Amino acid sequence: MRTKRLAALAGLLGLTTLLTSGAAFAASGDDGKGPADAGTSFRTATEIAQGDRATASASTGDYLYWSFPADAGQRPTVEATVKLPASASRHAGTTWRIDVYDGLRRRQSCMYGMQARTAPKDAASVDLACTLRTVRAWSEPWANDPLPGTYYVRLTATGVETADLGLPVTAEVKATSKDIGGAAAVDGTLGAPLVPGKRAALSAAEPEDGWASGWWTDRWAWTAAGGVLAALAGVGGYTLARGRAPSGA
Amino acid sequence: MIIRKRLAAGLCALIACLSMGLSPVTAYADDEPDRDAEAAPKVELVLDVSGSMRARDIDGKSRMAAAKQAFNEVLDATPEDVELGIRTLGANYRGDDRKTGCKDTEQLYPVGPLDRRDAKTAVATLSPTGWTPIGPALLKAAGDLKGGEGSRRIVLISDGEDTCQPLDPCEVARDISAQGVDLTIDTLGLVPNTKMRKQLSCIAEATGGTYTSIQHTDELSDRVGQLVDRAADPVVKPVAVSGADSCSAAPELKPGLYADRAKFGEHRWYRVDVEPGQELRASVSVGADRAVNNDYGVLMRAVTKHHREIVRGSEAGDGRTDAISTGLRYPKPERDDEDGADDEDRTETVCLQVSHSYSATSATAFADAKSKPGLPVELAVDVVDAPDDASDAAAFGLGRGWWLLGALVLTGFVGGLLWGWLSRWRVAVWRTN
Repeated sequence: MRTKRLAALAGLLGLTTLLTSGAAFAASGDDGKGPADAGTSFRTATEIAQGDRATASASTGDYLYWSFPADAGQRPTVEATVKLPASASRHAGTTWRIDVYDGLRRRQSCMYGMQARTAPKDAASVDLACTLRTVRAWSEPWANDPLPGTYYVRLTATGVETADLGLPVTAEVKATSKDIGGAAAVDGTLGAPLVPGKRAALSAAEPEDGWASGWWTDRWAWTAAGGVLAALAGVGGYTLARGRAPSGA
Repeated sequence: MIIRKRLAAGLCALIACLSMGLSPVTAYADDEPDRDAEAAPKVELVLDVSGSMRARDIDGKSRMAAAKQAFNEVLDATPEDVELGIRTLGANYRGDDRKTGCKDTEQLYPVGPLDRRDAKTAVATLSPTGWTPIGPALLKAAGDLKGGEGSRRIVLISDGEDTCQPLDPCEVARDISAQGVDLTIDTLGLVPNTKMRKQLSCIAEATGGTYTSIQHTDELSDRVGQLVDRAADPVVKPVAVSGADSCSAAPELKPGLYADRAKFGEHRWYRVDVEPGQELRASVSVGADRAVNNDYGVLMRAVTKHHREIVRGSEAGDGRTDAISTGLRYPKPERDDEDGADDEDRTETVCLQVSHSYSATSATAFADAKSKPGLPVELAVDVVDAPDDASDAAAFGLGRGWWLLGALVLTGFVGGLLWGWLSRWRVAVWRTN
């Protein structure tokens, strides 16, 4: 651990490196086209990247699963839209819901967003959203904080009349995230991100730039800037108190 | 000093990792799940050819015509590596004898590498005839799919509910799914009524499959095509394991994916070995493969051999669900003492206890469930390097924000002032001397 920190300090010396790697944290962005199907369990969840718009045609009552990677310092938001079948073929309102689970299949709470919504009989579509807490680099094993790794999204109808089961719907899901930055930089790192192990999944999606190494945070810049300012203030204070050196001293 | 200690610890961990790599533990973890003939996914389409398929209510055509057209499209689009078979139910017997009618299921095209022309010719000969023996057909279909390592899927297309009670097709589906790991039944109902919807969705839920209502021909071909494609998606197949009712008798698990069954009110125990400097990660989901009450939960506890609880994961939920899941992680700290305790002491056996609080919807269902397979449990176990401990709330103990800058500037300024006065005083003293 300490050696890692020494390495980090060595890295600090190259201030330019430090600034460029900061830029690598640009928030993920544009409206990519994603996969056109969804999985039906944790094991078969369809991998999507942040920013992808994944679609799936499904039946009312299906449990649809997607997974996406989220890294430390990000605050992921999952948005889903369900296009409902023609209202003539429906019999009652249906409650749709998204749940987000972390790489350990622990359910994660939503800070904001309509996680569940009841679509009245005549609605054409339902919009759902869930904003997670900021992903932290480390937390105690007894805590339920979101950690870097895979996140699973489950979309389903939780309240549905038997007569409405099996009707065709199309679902759209998109995961994006906001970069929270140094304000959320905690100490410590995980030994490995929370992704399903090699024997539990064929592949594990990574963020585009790979997982963050965990040593860069803008706290370095703040602290370094503070040090420089303190030094300047020190010189200023000294000059003020010392006064002009008497000539001929 | 501390740094040297940490280095030594790191070196120890490295050696531990290397020696782990040589032991049979992780030799197992290295074989990549790859696809060969043995692992080809198998799909069987089970088509209802009962008399009611004559009804002309799908886009003005008969249900049978719609099914034939959909089958032709699906057969054309079937991925190369999928072994596809077709089974019919109610295709042959015209009579009124229930007993004979309920045995009427036949393999139209055997599960194997697909010859599209043969399969299409076979489908073309079908004409709507007899009864709807869903339960027996599912049993036979499961038999057709036996063998091989790949995933197995039954796609049941029916237009009526089972006419062969008391054999409940739902129970049949649950039994089939409990016998072999990784078998899914997807159901499609042609122009369904409520009773049929209930039955077909019950069959689907019993195996983690999906249920679809079909009103149009293109819906049928799209959906069947999608299901066949899903079967072709490579997935990891869980290894069947049977948890014990106490830790001492529990099976030992290596990193991997496991499937088990847990009855109502039952505890399942497993064991995992964790070395110092490693982190145990375990996730569990318990599926609801039958009608259960609306409130439920799952609990997984990691305890030591001496029954001290280390950490637990728990979750509760309500409403319609396919599964409820939770997970836990347990990082085992590096050992600090240098005196060489032998290797057996270093490895810790962690006991995992899994329980769920699903409940049967009625007392009779609960009593019935005692002799039947339990609810499906999926357990994922992984062992990775342990994380760094955090020594501070903030990253590396660094600061951030305007308060920090203000405090540093103020401190620097005060320090400068004092230093300035001090040196002025010293010069003054030097002058006077």
